[in-house]
Formats: sequence, C-alpha cells, structure tokens
Amino acid sequence: MSQRLHVATRKGLFTLDRHGARWSITRTSFLGDNCTLVMHDPRPIGGRTRQRRAKFSGQLVAALDHGHFGVKLHRSRDGGATWQPIGTPAYPPKPADYKPRMPAEGAPYEWALKRVWSLVPGGAHQPGRLWCGTLPGGLFRSDDHGDTWEFNRTLWDDPKREEWFGGGAEVPGIHSICVHPTDPDRLVLGISCGGAWITDDGGRSWRCSGPGMRAEYMPAERAFDPNIQDPHLVAQCAAHPDTLWVQHHNGIFRSTDRAAHWSEIQNVKPSAFGFAVAAHPKDPETAWFVPAIKDEKRIPFGGRVVVNRTTNGGRSFKTLTRGLPQKHAYDLVFRHALDVDESGDRLAFGSTTGSLWVSENGGDSWKSLSQHLPPIYAVCFEKPLVG
Amino acid sequence: MALVRFTQNIQRHVACPPRNVEGPTVRDILNAYFRGNALARDYVFDEQGQLRRHMAIFIDGEPVLDRRGLADPVSPAGTIDIVQALSGG
Repeated sequence: MSQRLHVATRKGLFTLDRHGARWSITRTSFLGDNCTLVMHDPRPIGGRTRQRRAKFSGQLVAALDHGHFGVKLHRSRDGGATWQPIGTPAYPPKPADYKPRMPAEGAPYEWALKRVWSLVPGGAHQPGRLWCGTLPGGLFRSDDHGDTWEFNRTLWDDPKREEWFGGGAEVPGIHSICVHPTDPDRLVLGISCGGAWITDDGGRSWRCSGPGMRAEYMPAERAFDPNIQDPHLVAQCAAHPDTLWVQHHNGIFRSTDRAAHWSEIQNVKPSAFGFAVAAHPKDPETAWFVPAIKDEKRIPFGGRVVVNRTTNGGRSFKTLTRGLPQKHAYDLVFRHALDVDESGDRLAFGSTTGSLWVSENGGDSWKSLSQHLPPIYAVCFEKPLVG
Repeated sequence: MALVRFTQNIQRHVACPPRNVEGPTVRDILNAYFRGNALARDYVFDEQGQLRRHMAIFIDGEPVLDRRGLADPVSPAGTIDIVQALSGG
C-alpha cells in the first residue's frame, strides 16, 4: 500500500509519510503559494540508480497558480526536496481570420492558459509522456517529462469544442484524463462543460462520448446532448478500464463500455451531487463519492461529512461515517481531493476547510490527519502505474 | 535610458533586478529587458504577449494607457514600474 501522500493546497504542497501506523507531515513545499494540483509519475527516469538510492522513483510535478503572475509548473526528482521550473503549456496564437463562435456566456475565450486542471502520466511504457488538461479547454502532451508541451490541435479545432462552456470556472476546462493502462493511446477526457471525449489513436482523432448523461440545468431539448454535460470528474477502474465512473453536476453515471453509453445511478442518498469520485483499482463494481447539497449550497447534508461507497456497480450505496465529523461540519471536497491507492484499501480526502482524512480499510473507518491545513485542492498517493 | 523596476513580490519567484533600458515605448523597453530571460517574461506577459490581467504598469507614476499594445512613449529619463494590480487580490 502507498506510504506517501501529497496534498495540494491554497497555501502550498504538503507531503505526508506513513511510519508504522501513523501519518505525519514530513515536508512542505511552496509554502504560501497557491498549489492547485500535484502529480506523481512513478516511472523511473534517467539516473535510476541514484533514484533508487534516494528511495524515490520517478518525478513529482506541481502546478502553481500565482494569480498575478500566471500558472507555472515545477518538477522534483528527489521526492520534493528540490524543485525546478519546467515548461508551461502555451496556447498557440489565434489566427487573424479566426471567427469565434459566441459561447453561452457571451464573450469569446482567450487563447491563453488559465489553469492546469489535470496532469497524468502516459502509459507505463511511454517514458517521458505526460498529459495536461487546462482551462480554457486545451489538451497538451509532453514527451520529455514536462520540459516542453505540444498543444493538441485536433481537439481544439473540432467545431464542437466551441460549444463547450464554463462549469465551475468562467471558461471550459479538461479536469479528467483517463489513460488506458494497456493501450495508452486510448484516452477518455472529462470536460466541464463538454462531457466526455475519447481518442483511440493518441489524440490524432476525437469523438464525443455516447449517450446517457443528463443535464438537468439545460433546456429540456438539450438535456441529453453529450457535448454539454458537466462531469465533475471521470474515474477509471485500472484493472477494468472499460468501467468509468462520473460524478456529474446533477448525478452519478457509470459506463461499462468505455464511454460508449452511460447509465444514471438513481436514488443516491443523501445526494447524488458532489465533485469527487474514486474508482477501485481492481474491482469495477466499487467506487467512492463524497456527497453534498447540490449546486446552490455546496455544503454537506446536515453538517455531516460522509463518504458514499458502492460495491455492486451503483445498485446500492453504504454511507460511511465512522471517524468523520457528524455535527456542524461544512467541509466541501473538490474533484481532485479524493484518492485511492493501488490496493483499494487506503483512501484519503481533503476539504475546503483544511481537513484531511485517511482510511486504511476501504472507507469503513476514517482517521483525521489534520483539521488545520489550508483549503485543499488535490490529494495524490504515490503509487505504481498499472500497465 | 529608462529605469525599469519590478514589484518586490515577483523577486521571490524570479529575479527581476532594476535595470536601465533603452527604447521609445514601454513595449520596446520591456522586450529588451526580457531578452534572454524568458522565465521572467512569462511572469508578466501571457503566451500571447499580453500583459497579464492583474499586472499594472506605470510610467513616471501614471498608468499606461495602451495595455494591449504598450505603445505608450517613455522619455529617456523615465521610470517604468511593474506592479501587481490589487484587482488580483
């Protein structure tokens, strides 16, 4: 099971290590800076021997949003002891004769990086390949561990891309990238608001996912349009990658045919609203969610923090509460702030109010690791890559 | 040559020491300043060369009028201050 957890927060990156049965913060990085995302890439890189001696494999990439000064990426190859700035994904110049389709919000989007919203390693046998999803909707690929980034022009130039609109931000963005473990040219993206998009050829061609997602926030005529859906997160079962789970703006959806069709999971209590979902790495029937009162409030039901777990493909859920605050708790869990390790037994999630919990038994019980961190955007276990 | 000065806050991320730089406009002067220092440029301009939304530039204490083109003239004895706009928080 994973022994190390990284936590990206509004005021820096925190690393926790497990010693014996205890977790403790062992390192802080970028203290005071807005660290919006962190990625662990376990694939060995050059200097393998040196890394083995250092008891750390691969690299970490952290996304910082400095507000005034823009978005930057930094990389560490020594487990976070030192960091170096690396290339930042850059949008291409807008063609002079470009006529943007007017988005629903009424102002054309700038072709400029607003946020790094997803960062994942490529396949286990694609050394150096990383994928990066961004606001306002561009996808980038690196084949040199993040030194440089190539803009995916095919997806950007698809006319349906201009139908996307902001969900959780002023502009649309790619927050989920699911890489098929054994055929890593097959990706599924999650986009708010642009539904799920699929490539089977490493990004040379794209198609919007099949039907089944439902958007109750849209006019009835458009409710089932796959391209206007707001999947808050798409999560893939590593051992059964045709199984995908979606925590959507107004529901929970599941696909067992790699996004060709989606089924809505009904009657989820206390709520089908939330941001985060974690898919069990081995069992396609098991996933975890952190429900909340839907969009107009975005707080836990009754001031109780709970985790919903299904072990039968969504036919029923068990609401897990042991170790979680059940009175006057107003923690909201963002989309990247729940993670599960490679065993499926160890989970962690963090909240907007700086609370961090870990479970060692698949969510049956939880232990508070901190109640005083800055607002948490993302949690990330160090774990091996399947494939 | 005009004096170019940066907010102290940027120095924590990337070195931007004060320097005297020659040029007729703000754009020319900043292009010259950032030549060979792309990392620092990226903190002030986006990838399209536009001044970042919450950055502000003053010439001799007055805000630039042409935020997009940065064509405002600068006198040889002028001072350019690059600061954070409070709109960014």
